[in-house]
Amino acid sequence: MNFKTATLAGLAAMLMAGSAMAVDVKLGVLNDRSGIYADLSGEGSVVAARMAIEDFDAAAKGINVEVISADHQNKPDVASTIARQWYDEEGVDVIVDVPTSSAALAVNEITREKGKIFLNSGAASTDLTGAQCAPGTAHWTYDTYALANGTGKAMVDNGYQNWYFLTADYAFGHSLEENTTAVVQASGGTVVGSVRHPFPGTDFSSFLLQAQASGADVIGLANAGGDTVNSIKQAAEFGITQAGQALAGLLIFITDVHALGLETAQGLVLTEAFYWDLNDETRAWSERFSEEMGGSKPTMVHAGVYSAVTHYLKGVEASGDKATDGVMDWMKSNPSSDQVFGEGELRADGRHIHDMYLFQVKSPAESTGEWDYYKLLATIPAEIAFRPLEDGGCALVE
Amino acid sequence: MSVTTETTYSSAADAMPIGTPRHHIIIFAGLLVLLLIAPFVLYPVFIMKILCFALFASALNLLLGFGGLLSFGHAAFFGSASYVTAHAAKVWGLTPEVAILLGTIAAAFLGLVIGALAIRRQGIYFAMVTLAFAQMVFFFALQSPFTGGEDGIQAVPRGDLFGVIPLSNDMTLYFVVLAIVFGGLLAIYRIIHSPFGQVLKAIRDNEPRSISLGYKVNRYKLAVFVMSATLAGMAGSTKALVFQLASLTDVYWTMSGEVVLMTLLGGMGTIFGPFVGAAVIVTMQNYFASFGAWVTILQGTIFVVSVLLFREGIIGVLSRWLKKPL
Amino acid sequence: MFELLGIPPQALFGQLLLGLINGSFYALLSLGLAVIFGLLNIINFSHGAQYMMGAFVAWMGLTWLGIPYWGALVIVPLVVGTTGVVIERLMISKLYHLDHLYGLLLTFGLALIIQGLFRNGFGVSGLPYSIPSQLSGGTNLGFMFLPNYRAWVVVASLIVCFGTWFAIERTRLGAYLRAATENPTLVGAFGINVPRMITLTYGFGVALAAFAGVLAAPIYSVNPNMGADLIIVVFAVVVIGGMGSILGAILTGFGLGIVEGLTKVFYPEASSVAIFVIMAIVLLFKPAGLFGRTA
Repeated sequence: MNFKTATLAGLAAMLMAGSAMAVDVKLGVLNDRSGIYADLSGEGSVVAARMAIEDFDAAAKGINVEVISADHQNKPDVASTIARQWYDEEGVDVIVDVPTSSAALAVNEITREKGKIFLNSGAASTDLTGAQCAPGTAHWTYDTYALANGTGKAMVDNGYQNWYFLTADYAFGHSLEENTTAVVQASGGTVVGSVRHPFPGTDFSSFLLQAQASGADVIGLANAGGDTVNSIKQAAEFGITQAGQALAGLLIFITDVHALGLETAQGLVLTEAFYWDLNDETRAWSERFSEEMGGSKPTMVHAGVYSAVTHYLKGVEASGDKATDGVMDWMKSNPSSDQVFGEGELRADGRHIHDMYLFQVKSPAESTGEWDYYKLLATIPAEIAFRPLEDGGCALVE
Repeated sequence: MSVTTETTYSSAADAMPIGTPRHHIIIFAGLLVLLLIAPFVLYPVFIMKILCFALFASALNLLLGFGGLLSFGHAAFFGSASYVTAHAAKVWGLTPEVAILLGTIAAAFLGLVIGALAIRRQGIYFAMVTLAFAQMVFFFALQSPFTGGEDGIQAVPRGDLFGVIPLSNDMTLYFVVLAIVFGGLLAIYRIIHSPFGQVLKAIRDNEPRSISLGYKVNRYKLAVFVMSATLAGMAGSTKALVFQLASLTDVYWTMSGEVVLMTLLGGMGTIFGPFVGAAVIVTMQNYFASFGAWVTILQGTIFVVSVLLFREGIIGVLSRWLKKPL
Repeated sequence: MFELLGIPPQALFGQLLLGLINGSFYALLSLGLAVIFGLLNIINFSHGAQYMMGAFVAWMGLTWLGIPYWGALVIVPLVVGTTGVVIERLMISKLYHLDHLYGLLLTFGLALIIQGLFRNGFGVSGLPYSIPSQLSGGTNLGFMFLPNYRAWVVVASLIVCFGTWFAIERTRLGAYLRAATENPTLVGAFGINVPRMITLTYGFGVALAAFAGVLAAPIYSVNPNMGADLIIVVFAVVVIGGMGSILGAILTGFGLGIVEGLTKVFYPEASSVAIFVIMAIVLLFKPAGLFGRTA
């Protein structure tokens, strides 16, 4: 296969005669490079992985890292074909990123079968650390539970009691709706109804009118990508938000807000694991990132790739080789820490936990410039942001 | 509409004699030898993919090249068979041969239902009707819980053949797949050269005349449609075991288009054309995988060029040069 | 207050109206297909891609050249229609002596190329195109809030559909066209340039698709895949209506839009397959289509 390759600093490592270690690691960034998630993962994830390798100074420590990348087109069959070939033929040790739950679950299975490591940043499915958890899999950035938990609870606490769901009619949409329903009810809210729209959809007006007729305080958008963007646009067009109903986007990335524009997106409440403007360190890192990416700011998926690769390299350094068991053991028994995600921890089920943040999208007047989109409403501590270890049903948790 | 709808498919097929010409036996034998050696040289999973698509394209060719019916919805059979097989192997824990059999039967049944409706229209309408039904199957697969929607059915166990031979090894599986596909190809060959196949060609070339000769044209059409759907299903079932996955890609309309492209490129109405077409397209997809949308553009270009300049396809041209039906 | 099957009448009216809006697109697209089919006897598979091109060219016009929406409504169909003329001259015209299926295969290939090129050029995330300021806002009808732009879509589509019907069924030019459909040789013998008429007809059908694309740009996001799935639904519409008559294509388009709108209320899960189910039923009882002449 003709994948882009980039060998990093092979020479430097050879010159390091003093170092005891010489490990070759091949890292494959597998994500969407042409489709709807290309902006939030894509080339940015490759850049983030390279930055992690440079910042870790891997070559100087005797770890030769080669990065290759491929496009899985958000299809599970393409993802599994590439993953299989990478492990069988190309000698890839770690697969990184993999947005789109269906593709991620496919890679998860191949990784389990081949006994390798899978650092997921882009996908949302809680199954990766639940029923289908695997010894070599780490799910780094977010999942549907964390998003539903953050946004759902915050909305109810702010007086949005009655919910109506606009749900994409497929597995992902259903699970997002279920997760959010549980959180809403636990927080004292009620769900007055839901409607399932075809996926992918183009015209949401009919479903939005049904949501409006329900009289709910808030319409929960249990969909993703283009569907979410279109539902928000059409809600504005049909005067639904102006009439007093709020919208809660359950899976919205900063790139979606960028595409919508603040005029349409203002006021949305959403949960993310990262925002470039959180503190000095994230600002400095994001600045470097956007220099390489032609000005666009990193998403939480990019940040997650950086954090995961950093922690992985530490694991390789500590174990002295790249054997899956040793590296995973080290990663799970030592806390993670880096300039992007701050402190975190990799649980036994493969779930990486860290603080999550509740944001609200600024109005055009509040924004001071391009990419100045969010204001921080609350920080959700790592311990309660994610699904409790014992609730996932992961076989690795005894 | 004019009375005589003249079809100008490959002329090579028209010269096809009854009985088995010796060079066909030689080619089949040569192909078999090649395929027996191939997995020791190339990546076995890759060749298995080619094999599955070769069977799929040959099944479509039976309908298109010999029945004169262009189905733009064959993904429906390929995909639903792969879902049924995956479900049978994973959820019911059945052995691979039973799972494949169930998938194939499901495709045959679906072929009967869609076929019975679709043959009520002809020509272009037939193509549109099959496409529309396939899209309906796609939406069904997207929404019904047993297919896993977007996720598909993943981690399908390859299981033990007849409950005895484990197939988890790529090499073992390869020879099973080879046996299935080769069996399928021989079955298609046999159908084409049977009296049934002759009547089919008569209908393709001149439907009104066949009717006046007393043939129940619609029964023949339905029969070949069901056969084609069944074999397409067999290909889909096998693919589900090879990749341990049944997904929406298998039922989407692009899949229907791809298999038409394979048949067209290799040569409609030839015996070996679809195999060659499948090998070319799968290899191309493999090598251009990292170029994103260029694969689509390239496929479109091959379509246009084939239709405008190269209607006989690779094997069709070869067959004309050699003056032998291939 | 009376309710119909548990749905309050206000909601019902609203959904009927929305169905009519979607039906406008079905009608415009199936009309284009029917016009092309009538004279060229091919099914234009690239119709969806050309609809998408309409939306994209409108976006390019606005973004790069500053051509406003109203200008785009006129210019874009001309531009995209011209590409259609070129395609017909260079490729489709070479296939008239062959089985009609080759036309279908050719245009399918073209659709792949066009979609692939736009995906490469613009990605698939979709580009924003704002509603023209004259039509922003909406009217409260009592039972629903109707955005002015959507009302305009229905009006524009009705005007264009009626205009096309009138031109083909009630004018001299239309008479030539219909005559050429029946017997091109004879019409040619009367001194009419039939090949040119065929070329222009294809261009006109494509222009109709592009016009629908411009109408769609402000409400659906402009993305390379917007026509791909839509065209399959439109095919089903065409099979249901039969391509024998212009009026049939228009009526079926609007009618099925409304039917689909109703399923979204009563059984939303089935809304995407409703049209296909209707197609199966029509095939069972009236194989030639509702308005089709028996072939």
